[in-house]
Amino acid sequence: MTKTISFILNGDEISCDIQDHWTLLHLLREELGLIGTKEGCGNGECGACTVIVDQLAVNSCLYLAADVQGKQVQTIEGLAVHTGSLHPIQQSFVDNGGIQCGFCTPGMIMSAKALLDKDPKADQEAVKHALAGNICRCTGYVQILDSVAAAGRQMAKNQGEGAAAAKDPGTITQQSMNKKAGEVIT
Amino acid sequence: MKPFTLLTPATVEEAVALFGQHKETARYMAGGTDVIVKVKEGWMGPDYLINLKKIPGLNDLHKNEATGELSIGALVTHAMLEQSLLIRNAYPIIYDAVSNIGSLQVRNMGTIGGNLINAVPSADGAIPLIALDGTALLVGPDGERSVMVKDLFVKPYETVLTPGEILTRITIPAQVPRTGSAYIKFGRRAAMELPLIGIGVLLVVDEDLSTCTRARICLGVAGPTPLRAVKAEQMLEGQPVTSDLLTGAGKLAAEESQVRDSVRGQAWHRKEMIRVQVRRMGLRCLDIINQKARQA
Ligand SMILES: Cc1cc2nc3c(=O)[nH]c(=O)nc-3n(C[C@H](O)[C@H](O)[C@H](O)COP(=O)(O)OP(=O)(O)OC[C@H]3O[C@@H](n4cnc5c(N)ncnc54)[C@H](O)[C@@H]3O)c2cc1C
Ligand code: FES
Ligand code: FES
Repeated sequence: MTKTISFILNGDEISCDIQDHWTLLHLLREELGLIGTKEGCGNGECGACTVIVDQLAVNSCLYLAADVQGKQVQTIEGLAVHTGSLHPIQQSFVDNGGIQCGFCTPGMIMSAKALLDKDPKADQEAVKHALAGNICRCTGYVQILDSVAAAGRQMAKNQGEGAAAAKDPGTITQQSMNKKAGEVIT
Repeated sequence: MKPFTLLTPATVEEAVALFGQHKETARYMAGGTDVIVKVKEGWMGPDYLINLKKIPGLNDLHKNEATGELSIGALVTHAMLEQSLLIRNAYPIIYDAVSNIGSLQVRNMGTIGGNLINAVPSADGAIPLIALDGTALLVGPDGERSVMVKDLFVKPYETVLTPGEILTRITIPAQVPRTGSAYIKFGRRAAMELPLIGIGVLLVVDEDLSTCTRARICLGVAGPTPLRAVKAEQMLEGQPVTSDLLTGAGKLAAEESQVRDSVRGQAWHRKEMIRVQVRRMGLRCLDIINQKARQA
């Protein structure tokens, strides 16, 4: 059955017609052309399709599109700002060799973001626990863990600066720039 | 994926009525982590999925402070349980079991109710609820009834639920003081793997902090349904719990189990692991009890 849903995608309110049996992954990739989110297994096993819905990392291959009605969805496309400046997690994956073929990367980064948004100081055990559902066939994971740890440090620092800047409205911080991540880059 | 119509009732009664209308062409859906996989793989092809997620109250998790009873709504996700301080502190066996189900993404979607009703012998969520003497509340076309969680399962993929019945919540009676509980999902890797064997132990001891007044030993992947090793439990009850006695109980539990060879593991290995892990989980229960006694 066709129905119309509206939700917030990477900061922008959108409204679209969907079929009941579409997954969120299908909606994003096939209908909206946001092909950053990947399909690996299609069955919840690999994490390549991870997106954030209302602050929670979920497998978009198992999540029905109809269920995002009224919710906030973040995909990898929502992270970099349109000037080209990468989100600290993306930059950290580049700097620390967290990417080889790149297929797992959008999912890894979204899982990492769901965690670090809540707790940028998450220790390595917490990072492993949060990323256990994201499979990488290339890196051996060490560089990925390093990337997430470094990103966490950067985000904690930005938050500190953000808090300081809140008292001094004159300063534009990295974080407040990243807040404009709504623009979709395709 | 075969197309279906998604129905989103606002109350349990409405959901039951929708099922009555569409009968076996309909299927309930909670988190969908089992249902959607099965529809995608072509193992089931419902014309209607009845989405239970929008029914208010079904994902309520709370403890009644007056009676001490814990109520877990069927739609409570594994992640909600894992992140609840109440669960972590007072019901470690639930925490142990749910925190390693699938991945965080799966736990953010998958529900405790779906885990029970899916009724696989490996359901990690079932073991602690059996050990805690949980009761399942069912609402169906003929009204409401309650069934002990341990009596929910008939065989793999089959429960005692009649067509159209919905599991609304699970209640856990007040825990007596000096209760310890622990679960281990034993396998090559906890995340993204079904357990090779799942072992849950709950012990209650007397004021001497030694004599066992209640024992529960519950096993997953040890038979066609999650099961209790009743003889091993009886061996512990009334006795001072020692490491040796736990070793004996572990042996008996292994004998009582109905483990099989499967592609994922061999029966002899599963038995050995029951033997070892019943003891270890029992000792962990005692640690928890002693730690709480010191704090009190
Ligand atoms: C990658 C992956 C890893 C997994 N790992 C594990 C694991 O480690 N351990 C484990 O135990 N499970 C695991 N699972 C299985 C699954 O995630 C869990 O069993 C989960 O709890 C199912 O809940 P759900 O809400 O998603 O169920 P759904 O898929 O929505 O439903 C499952 C079944 O229960 C019925 N149902 C659901 N809710 C109700 C209700 N309230 N009343 C009546 N019927 C209902 C549905 O009709 C369906 O038959 C895994 C699944 C995936 C995809
Ligand atoms: S594509 Fe969704 S988990 Fe693999
Ligand atoms: S970089 Fe290739 S799968 Fe992870």
